[in-house]
Amino acid sequence: MDRIDDGLLKALLRKVDSLGQRAQEQKRRKVKIMEVCGTHTVSFARSGITSLVGSYLDLRSGPGCPVCVTHQQDLDRMFALAKLKDTLIVTFGDMLRVPGTFTTLETEKARGAKVHICYSPLEAVDLAAQNPSYNVILLSIGFETTAPTIAATLLQAAEAGLSNFYLYPALKMVPPALLALLQDGGCDLDGLILPGHVSTVLGSEAFHFVGRFGIPAVVAGFEPLELLMGLYVLLRMINEERAAVENAYSHVVRAKGNLSAQRLINLCFEEEPVTHWRGLGPIPSSGYRLAERYAAFDVRTRYELHTPPVEARPRCRCGDIITGKISPFECPLFNKGCTPSDPAGPCMVSSEGACSAYYQYMLR
Amino acid sequence: MSTSNTRQEVIVSSHGDGGLLTHELLQRIFFPAFSNQWLDQAGDAAVLTLDNQRLAMTTDSFVVSPLFFPGGDIGKLAVCGTVNDLIVSGAQPLWLSAAFILPEGMPRRMLEAVVQSMADTARGLRLPIITGDTKVADNGGPENLFISTTGIGLVHTGADLHPGNIEPSDVVIVSGTIGDHGAAILSARLGLAPQDSPTSDCAPLNFVFTKLQPLFPEIKVMRDPTRGGIATTLIELASSGKVDLVLEESSIPIKPKVKAVADLLGVDPYYLASEGKALLVVKQEAADAVLRLLREHPQGEESAVIGVAEPGKGNVYLRTSLGGTRQLRMLAGTPLPRIC
Repeated sequence: MDRIDDGLLKALLRKVDSLGQRAQEQKRRKVKIMEVCGTHTVSFARSGITSLVGSYLDLRSGPGCPVCVTHQQDLDRMFALAKLKDTLIVTFGDMLRVPGTFTTLETEKARGAKVHICYSPLEAVDLAAQNPSYNVILLSIGFETTAPTIAATLLQAAEAGLSNFYLYPALKMVPPALLALLQDGGCDLDGLILPGHVSTVLGSEAFHFVGRFGIPAVVAGFEPLELLMGLYVLLRMINEERAAVENAYSHVVRAKGNLSAQRLINLCFEEEPVTHWRGLGPIPSSGYRLAERYAAFDVRTRYELHTPPVEARPRCRCGDIITGKISPFECPLFNKGCTPSDPAGPCMVSSEGACSAYYQYMLR
Repeated sequence: MSTSNTRQEVIVSSHGDGGLLTHELLQRIFFPAFSNQWLDQAGDAAVLTLDNQRLAMTTDSFVVSPLFFPGGDIGKLAVCGTVNDLIVSGAQPLWLSAAFILPEGMPRRMLEAVVQSMADTARGLRLPIITGDTKVADNGGPENLFISTTGIGLVHTGADLHPGNIEPSDVVIVSGTIGDHGAAILSARLGLAPQDSPTSDCAPLNFVFTKLQPLFPEIKVMRDPTRGGIATTLIELASSGKVDLVLEESSIPIKPKVKAVADLLGVDPYYLASEGKALLVVKQEAADAVLRLLREHPQGEESAVIGVAEPGKGNVYLRTSLGGTRQLRMLAGTPLPRIC
C-alpha cells in the first residue's frame, strides 16, 4: 500500500471512530453489525480493522461462506462419491479438509480417491475429455458469484457432448438466506454489510428488501479503504436513524448487476423449492438445481446415493456463528476441541470461514 | 488432544506443507525415533565438528508441479535449495549428491533438460555433484519426478548462527521481495498469461555468504524462507521462546504481480515460498552495514529491514499500515484458493 492511501485510510478511520463512538454512546452498548459475506469477515480481520474498531463495534459473521453452509448430508454424499472407483472429483481447494461425518476429501485422496483441486471449474471439462473411463464430478458449491462460472462450464461440457461430466449441484442464493435470517429476527442487528461480490452479479437492488426490516445496510468492497468506506456510510445511517440500502462499492456494483452473468445462471439453473442449509435449516427458493434440459448432468441421476441421516456435531455452534448469534470466541469448542489442524466444523477450515479468520488473525 | 474430529490415519498432502501437520509428524515420529545431538539442533543443516573444523550437512527432496516454471525448473531448484540451506547455516558449499526417482513414462528429453539445468546451476557455483542414485517407480504420471540432494559445506569460523541467539532490539532483514516462487508456481497452475505471471526467484544465495562473511559475528541467525514463506520461517525462529518478532507490513518488499496473484487467490503472501531469499536476524548496530553489503549485489538490491525483536513469548506479529496488529500463525493445510 502506498503512502497516499495510508493518509487517506487513517483519516477515514478517525471519521469511523467518531461516528462509531457516538452511536455506541447513544445505544449504551456496542453497535452490532453483521458482515453477511465470509470474505468480508476475513478482510476485516486480516487488515486489523476488526480489532481497531472493536471497542465500539461488535462485528458478527453471516451466512456468506459457501462451504460453511453446505449441509452435512451433501458433504457426506460428495465424499461417498469420491470413494467410488470410477469417479474423479473436481473441487476448489477449500473443500479438501472440510470434515464430513465420517471422512474428509483429503483423507480419501490419500487413500487413493481421484480428487483434482481446480483453480477454474473449466478444468473439469478438459479432465472429462481426457479421462473417458472416469465419471468427472464437479462439486458445485458457492453462491451467485460462483454460479455463472459453473454454468459456463456446464455449457462447454454440453457442447462437447461429454457423457462422463457431472455436477453435484449445491449452489445457493444469498438474498433468501438473509431474508430468512431477518424474519427469524434473532440477533437484533444495528446494521448490515452486504456482500460485494454477490451484489456485483445480482445488483444492489437485489437487497432492497432489507429496508423493510428497518435495518440500515451498505454494499461494500474488500480493500481496507473500501471496508472503512462501508463502515462510514453505514454508521452515518445508524446515527441518523435512517434505514436504507446504500452502495459504497458503486465503482464495481451496479444497481441491476451483471446481466450476462444472470443470463448464464438463468439458462442453466432453476430454483429448487426448498434447500437445506447447514446452520440455517430449510429455506424456500434459496438454491439452484439444474434446468430441465441439463438435468442429466446432475450426478444424483447417475448414482443412487444413500448416506445415513446426520446429526450436527454436539457442541459445535457453527450454526449460531453464521447467523450472527454468537462470535466464534463464544463457541465452547473454539481453540479447544476445534482448531485448524483438527477442525470440528467447516467454519474452522474454509478460507472464508469465520472461525478460521478469528483463529488466524484475532486470537491472542 | 484426546479426541480428534478428523484424525488422520493416513498421510495426507497437508503433512508435507511445512505447517502445523508437518511439525506434528516431526515431533511425534521423526525426532523421537532418531534423536541425537546433531539432529536435535533442528537447523536448516546439521553442524558437525571434525578435527577442529565445522562441517554442515543438509538434505532436501524436491517435488514440484509443473517441473518447468517461469524462472526455473525442478533441477535448478534441487541445487539451489540445498546450497541455500548450507549458506544460511554459514557454510561454504563444497559437495553435492543427487538422487532421482524417475516416473515410469517420463519423456527422455524432459529428464535431459532437468539434468542439464542442475549441471549448469552447479557449474556456475563451481560445486561438484559427486555421487548419485537413480531409481524408476510407477509414481502415477510422467510429471512426478522426485529429486533428493544432499550437500556438505565448511562452516565459516566466524559464524555462530542459532535462533537462541536472538535478543530484544535485534532487527529482521530480508534480502529481497517475498513470495516470488510461490506466486510463480500458483500462476503457472492457474494458467495465467505470461505477462501477468510473477517469475520464480529460484537462485543460489552464495552472494550472501561472500558479502557477509566479515560480518558473521554480528549475525544471530539466517534462514531461507522456502515452504511456508516468511511467516512460517519467522514463527520457527521466534518459537525458541524469549522474544517476539514484530514486522512492519509496509516495509516488507513484495512485487506488485506477487501481491496481485495472492489477492486473486485469496492467499496470504507471507506464507508463499521464496527460493532465492535469505531472512536474517542481526544486531541492531550492524543492520546498516548488512543492508549495504547485501544491496551491492543485484540479487540483494531490494534488501530491507522488515521488523524487530521485542521481549516476548515467541510469537510473530504483523503491524498493518492502519495501525492494527495481528499475529502470524503456522498454517494447518496449504493455503488453497477459492475463486469467486
